[in-house]
Amino acid sequence: MATFSVNGQRVEFDGPQDTPLLWVLRDHLNLTGTKYGCGIGQCGACTVHIDGAAQRSCMRPVSSVQDTQITTIEGLSDDGNHPVQAAWKEIDVPQCGYCQAGQIMATAAFLKTHPNPTDDAIDKNLTNRCRCGTYVRIRKAIHRAAELSDSP
Amino acid sequence: MNAPQLPSRRRFLVSGLTATGALLIGVPAASGKAAHGKRELGFFVTIIQDNTLIIGSNQPEIGQGIRTTLPMLVAEELEADWSRVSVRQMPLGIVRSGDGYTWKYGGQGVGGSTGLTSNFDFMREVGARCRVLLEKAAADRWGIKAGSVTCRDSFVVHPDGQQKLPYSALIEDAAAHPMPETAPELKPVSAFRIAGKHQPTTDLDELVTGRARYGLDTRINGMKYAVLARCPHLDGSVQSVDAAAARAVPGVVDVRVITGPEPGAPYHILAAGVAVIADNTWAALKGRQALEIAWKKGPGADESTSGFEEQCRQLLAGEGQIVRNDGDAAAALKGAERTLTARYAIPFVSHAPLEPPNCFAHVTADGAKIIVPTQSPSGVSRTVANATGLERDRISVQMTRVGGGFGRRLSVDYAAEAALISKASGYPIQLVWTREDDLRHDFYRPAGLHELTAGLGEDGTVVAWKHRLASASKYYRRPNVPDEDMWKPELYADDFPAGRVANFTREYFPVKSFVPRGSWRAPAHTANAFVIQSFIDELAHQHGEDMLTFQLRLLGEAEDLSYEQHGGPTFNPGRLASLLRFVAEESGYGRSLPPGRGIGLACHFTFGGYAAHAVEVSVSDTGDLAIHRIVAAMDCGLAVNPNAALAQVEGGTVDGLSTALNLEITVRDGEVEQSNFHNYPLATIAQIPRRIEAHLKPWDDRPTGVGEIPLPPVAPALTNAIFAASGKRIRTLPLGDQLKA
Repeated sequence: MATFSVNGQRVEFDGPQDTPLLWVLRDHLNLTGTKYGCGIGQCGACTVHIDGAAQRSCMRPVSSVQDTQITTIEGLSDDGNHPVQAAWKEIDVPQCGYCQAGQIMATAAFLKTHPNPTDDAIDKNLTNRCRCGTYVRIRKAIHRAAELSDSP
Repeated sequence: MNAPQLPSRRRFLVSGLTATGALLIGVPAASGKAAHGKRELGFFVTIIQDNTLIIGSNQPEIGQGIRTTLPMLVAEELEADWSRVSVRQMPLGIVRSGDGYTWKYGGQGVGGSTGLTSNFDFMREVGARCRVLLEKAAADRWGIKAGSVTCRDSFVVHPDGQQKLPYSALIEDAAAHPMPETAPELKPVSAFRIAGKHQPTTDLDELVTGRARYGLDTRINGMKYAVLARCPHLDGSVQSVDAAAARAVPGVVDVRVITGPEPGAPYHILAAGVAVIADNTWAALKGRQALEIAWKKGPGADESTSGFEEQCRQLLAGEGQIVRNDGDAAAALKGAERTLTARYAIPFVSHAPLEPPNCFAHVTADGAKIIVPTQSPSGVSRTVANATGLERDRISVQMTRVGGGFGRRLSVDYAAEAALISKASGYPIQLVWTREDDLRHDFYRPAGLHELTAGLGEDGTVVAWKHRLASASKYYRRPNVPDEDMWKPELYADDFPAGRVANFTREYFPVKSFVPRGSWRAPAHTANAFVIQSFIDELAHQHGEDMLTFQLRLLGEAEDLSYEQHGGPTFNPGRLASLLRFVAEESGYGRSLPPGRGIGLACHFTFGGYAAHAVEVSVSDTGDLAIHRIVAAMDCGLAVNPNAALAQVEGGTVDGLSTALNLEITVRDGEVEQSNFHNYPLATIAQIPRRIEAHLKPWDDRPTGVGEIPLPPVAPALTNAIFAASGKRIRTLPLGDQLKA
C-alpha cells in the first residue's frame, strides 16, 4: 500500500507497487492532465511536482512516493492563474498543447530556484520536448512568468 | 417548455459531394428549442439566454488552431461578439444519400493544409445564413423591412440606431424561419472585424490547467485498456503465442491474436500482433511483456538501410520514368559552358506526434462508438465499417483534441486495430500505443536518393536541369494506384524551377522497400526543397555569384505558372522572389561576417503557400555548429488568425530544424532500429536558436493553408548557411555529426 497526497488530498494505492505514478494518476485517479509521451523520462510530458521538485512521473514507481506531497497540473493553482499559467496564456504558447502541462510544471519548479532565469539556465534545466516546436513562445513565456512572479 | 422538434422535421441543404468525394454543405433548418435556455440555429450555432454563443468547429484540431480560426469566420459573418463566443468540437457527420453517404456538417478532415481554404467560404456562409434569420426576426418584431436592420456584437440594431435586440431575444423567432437556401452576400475582407486580426487560441484555460481532453484522456465507465504486441519484422506474422504468463498478470482480462495484412497488400493495420486487454494501462503493458510470441519473418526480413541506399545507386545508373520533359536537356548540357552534378540523400523519418496513436472503440452487434484523435474522421468511419462489417451509419465517430498530427493521423490503422480488438473481445477498450510502438510502426516519410545535373551558360543562365529521384513511394500498397503513378507523391513535376529552364527533365525510379510510408507534414516538399535549394546554392557558388542574385534571376518576374499537383492550379515565382528578397534583407545577407560564420537562404512553394528562410550559423574549427538567428517569412495571403499563422511559422521552422539536425529512421535485418526519444531525439529548447523571427508577408488577400508551408525551406537554408560558414556542403540528411568528420 502506498500512501501519499495528490493536490492536497490523501491517496492510498493498493495495486501493484511497481506501477509508475503516471498511470496511477491517469488510470486510477482520473487526473489525465499529466500526459504520457515516452515512458522513459525523455520527454517530460508527465512532469509533476513531488515535494515541490519537478519529477517525471513515468519514472517513479508508486512505491517510491510514499508519504510525499504530489502536485499535478490540475492542482498547480485554484484558478488557472499561477504566474506560469498566466504567462502561457498571455504569450499564447500551446499548439497541439499535449506537452504543455509538463512544460508548465517543469517551469513552475524551475522558477522557484531560478527566479530571474538566464537563457543559458533555461537551456540547461528545461529539457521537456515539444513536437510542435513551440520553443520560441515557451522561452518568452518563461521570462514573462518570472516577471509576473516578481510583481506584488 | 416546448419539446424538441423531431429530427425528421430538419431539412438539409445538401449542395455537394458525398462523404466519399463529393461536395458539402449541411445547414439544416433551424431546430427546436432545447433545454436550459439554449437554442440552435442550424448545426453550427447555439445561442444561450445570456446572449453568449457556442460555435461548432467541424474539423479536427491538431494544433494548427482551426478550432479558433473557423469559428472566427462564422462569428465574422454572424456579427457576433467574439469575446462571448465559446467553441465546441463537432463529431463526424454523415448521412445516407442514395447508395453512399453525404456530409452532414460539411467535409471533415485536415491534410494538405486545406482545413482553412476548403472551409473559408463555407464557414462564412454558415454565419451569414444565421445572421439573416436573426435580422428577419428583429425586423418582424419592429414591423420594418429586414434589409433595414444591421447586426453588431450579437445584437440586431434598428435603423434608428437606438433600439437593439440581443440575439438571445430573437432566437425563438429566428429558429421558426427556414435557413436561406442561397448564401447571402459575404463581406469583403476589408470589412472584417474579427478575422485578419490576432485572436488568442480558444481553449487556453483548458490547455494550461490540464482540462483539455485528448484521445488518450478518454475515460468511459467500464472501459478496458489494450496494447498490441506488433510483429517487429517488416511484413511478418504471428507463428504462435503462449499467453499463459500474460493472462496470469493481475488485471489482464483477455488476449487476442490480430491478423495483419498480407505482404504487399493494402494496409488496414500496419502489422500482425497479439492484443492484451487489461483493467489499466500498466497491467496491459506488463501482460504484453509476459507474452511469449514466435514471430514468423516475412519477405521484408532482410531489408536494411545500407541495402536500400545501394538499390538507389543502382537504379540511378539506369533509366527511369520521365515525368516531365521540356526541350532537350541532354543536348543543352553538352553545349553548356559548365555543368554540375550532385546527389542528395533523404532518410526515412517518423511522425512521432507527442500523443501517440490511440483510439477508444466499443463495438457491439448493433453499432460502434469510436472516440479518436484523427485527421480523417471519415477514414475512421470507413475502416471501422470494414473491420466490423457494420454499416457506417451505425458507427459514431467522436473527435477529441489531437496531440499533434503531422500527417500521422491521416492514417487510420489504429482505429481499425481498436475496432478489431473490441469486436474480438467484446470489451469497450482504449487502445494505447507506447512511444516504442509509434517509432517502430509508422507510415514513415519516404527515403530516397536525388541526383541533380545542371548546365550553366556563360552569363549564369541555367540552360539545362535534370532531376532524377530513386525513392520509396508513399503510394506503395495504396489500393488502385498503378505502378506508373508511384512518382506522383514524390517528385512534383511542376516544382520550381520547372517552367524557368528551357531544357528540363524529371525522372523517377521506384525503390523496392517493405518499410511502410505515408504523408509527413508537407510530404515530398521537404525532400525536394532541400535538394533544389541546395543545388541552386551550389550552382550560384560554381558561377561565382551570391545565391540571392542567382536565384532571383532564375525565379524571374511575377506571373502565374501552371502547377498541377498539390498547391495548384498556379504558382507565381514572383511571390517567392519577393519573400526571398525580404528574408535576405532582414537577415543582412551579403554583409561581411567573421570567418566561420555564414548566412544561408532558401525558399519554397508548398500547397499554395510560399515560405523563405535565412539562417545564420557559425561552425567552429572543431565542427561545432551554433545557429544564431533565423528569419522566417510566409506568404499565406490573408492570415485569418495571424496569431495562429505565426505560430505555424515558428513551429514549422523548429520542426524543420529538429528533423534536419538529428532525425532518421533506419532499418537493420528487417526491423526499425529506433525506439524512443533517446535514439530519435526531437530537439529540446537548448538546440533551438533564441532568435527565430517570424513574419507574414501577404501578397494578396486570398487565404492559403499554413500548416505545412513554413517547413520545407528550413533544411536547405541551414545547410546553405553551413556551407557559407565552413565551405562544407551537406548533401545527406540528417546533419548528425557530419561536421565533426
